[in-house]
Amino acid sequence: MAMTNLLTITPWPMLSVAVLLVLLITALYFARDTARQVIHAAAGALARGLRVASHAVTRAQERLAARNRAVLLAAGREAKERVVEREFARVGDTVRKDLAGYPDMRRRLSESILRIEEDQEKAVEVPPEAPGWAQAIKIIAELKGRNANADILEDIHRSTVKAHEEAMADYRKASGQRHALLRQMMPDWRLIQETLERVNKTVESVLARALALDRHMEEYEAIVRGEDRAVSVLSSSSIVYFFVSALVLAVATAGTAVNFTLIARPMAEMVGGTNFIGGYRTADIAALVIIMVEISMGLFLMESLRITRLFPVIGALSDKMRVRMIGTTFAVLLMMASVEAGLAYMREVLLQDELATSSLLRGDNAASIVNPHLWITTAAQMGMGFVLPFALVFVAIPLETFVHSLRTVVGLAGIAVLQTLALILRLLGNGCRHLGTLTQRLYDLPLFVPLWIESRRLAHEALARSRLAVAATPWKEAQS
Amino acid sequence: MNARLALGVAVLALGSCARTGPHNTGVYLLVDTSGSYNLQARKAEQISLYALSRLQSADSIAVARINTGSFTEKDIIAKATLDDRPSTANQQKRAFAITLAKFVDETVPAPYTDITGGLLQAVEFLKEKNTSRKEILILSDMKEELAKGYVRDIPLDFKGFDVVALNVTKLRSDNFDPRLYLSRLDAWREKVEKGGGHWRVINDLDHLDGLL
Repeated sequence: MAMTNLLTITPWPMLSVAVLLVLLITALYFARDTARQVIHAAAGALARGLRVASHAVTRAQERLAARNRAVLLAAGREAKERVVEREFARVGDTVRKDLAGYPDMRRRLSESILRIEEDQEKAVEVPPEAPGWAQAIKIIAELKGRNANADILEDIHRSTVKAHEEAMADYRKASGQRHALLRQMMPDWRLIQETLERVNKTVESVLARALALDRHMEEYEAIVRGEDRAVSVLSSSSIVYFFVSALVLAVATAGTAVNFTLIARPMAEMVGGTNFIGGYRTADIAALVIIMVEISMGLFLMESLRITRLFPVIGALSDKMRVRMIGTTFAVLLMMASVEAGLAYMREVLLQDELATSSLLRGDNAASIVNPHLWITTAAQMGMGFVLPFALVFVAIPLETFVHSLRTVVGLAGIAVLQTLALILRLLGNGCRHLGTLTQRLYDLPLFVPLWIESRRLAHEALARSRLAVAATPWKEAQS
Repeated sequence: MNARLALGVAVLALGSCARTGPHNTGVYLLVDTSGSYNLQARKAEQISLYALSRLQSADSIAVARINTGSFTEKDIIAKATLDDRPSTANQQKRAFAITLAKFVDETVPAPYTDITGGLLQAVEFLKEKNTSRKEILILSDMKEELAKGYVRDIPLDFKGFDVVALNVTKLRSDNFDPRLYLSRLDAWREKVEKGGGHWRVINDLDHLDGLL
């Protein structure tokens, strides 16, 4: 309506448009300087604001990075301390075990050596030699026929032969004893050899652990010094731990779902199947609570065993109290597992009852035939009901890793987001500045006619001034 | 003091979370036992068993015959509110099925058909049970025949009720003039909808899937 009115300022609409256009361009031309200043000021203010925001985000990102680095180093230091502590404990165990057995080993070695010495001494005793009468006996025997004293000689010969035989028997006996003594030494030698081999193995194990300890200590020192390489290694490890633990937790969640399915139906027998809390069946909530309690017990058990360190209070308990806690949590878990096995059995019974009722209501007699292999599924369900609570105990380990790595991963994600935000803000700031310039140019676009006239006028004036200056120069020179 | 406060907060939180209204189903099956319809008692059993198989704990069911004067508890053949415990609910279902089978074997034809009286009884029963979903199933030809002295021209309150006419058979007279059949169904539809209820007709008993 207003536009129509404007077109009626002259009898000819086209003329009206032309007049309006001229008026508009004239108004824009006279407001040009002010408009340019406004555009420049607005664009500049926006650009400066965005740049300041970008700087603020960058500073926040730097602070977050510093904090993340500190967290990462602290976590790495703690983890490495645990590893070193465990290695020392292993070395200590090895040394303690061997040192505890050292007096006994030394005694056994001494006894063995003593026995060997004694046996050796006995073995070196010279056996009675065979008398050297053999030749004499031979001569006497040859004289037998030629001599008158043959009888005497015969007697001598006999006694000599007898003495020879006795001497030989003694010699053989002594040799046998020496061999027996040498045989007795064999077990002692073997014992010594085995003991020394065992000592060698222990020493090698300690040496290997010492090497591992050296490596861990080097890494620990790098973390303590806050080296970039250590931070980089810890960061990548943290991301890997995060994804691996998330995967294991997903598996555990699936296990929890299976566990829930096993006990949700029979729980309706205990708490009723028609009560609701917040839109959820009370039986389902009760089943979930049982599973959550089992997981909590598992967490406490793992904490008490010092496998995880999520609750410092439990870790700081005295050993006596911890042992009590281990016993209590394990007993509760065992009880819960037994209850779950019972519920799993009840589930099968209820399922069969329901199937029988359904088949009766359908008038289907074939469905009521009992499967002879049904006990397999019943046993499997009961087994799962008993085992799953214990399996869920180990959720504590990936959960701890997940919680610890989550801090780092969230920090890294936050840094990435802040970096991107800072970049976007900087780009927007620059864009605003260029947009201001572009708007100024666009403003000038419809004013090209007056601007051209203005430029022509300025050029003409400049030319006139220069001509005037040139004309005035000889007169001035003449004057001077 | 703190413990009491915590307990109070916990009770309030649980109370605010708990559902306030019921969320169970109530089914009332009216079986026409007049004349030739008496022969369809087997169908009534089939529908009842189907309904029974669909019901869960805390649901209610009743099967009643349409008799000369049906506004009475005496015409209720079997009724049950299924127990909270699934095993007990199964036992109740089995017992209900046995009672129904007995009724089918022993039923005798009724001289009159007091459908309105039966509906009144059904409304009363289901309101008393206070179920969130209320279904009245009628296995009848929907032709009301009242004995002398019975007044049934009264407004019915069907607010929140689903009234389903099952297997509405055509009478011999309907074959001569189908308008009779259609007008009969329309009259019942009007009566139910006027009372605030929802009316449906299911004639194919092999497809009862959408019934409950």
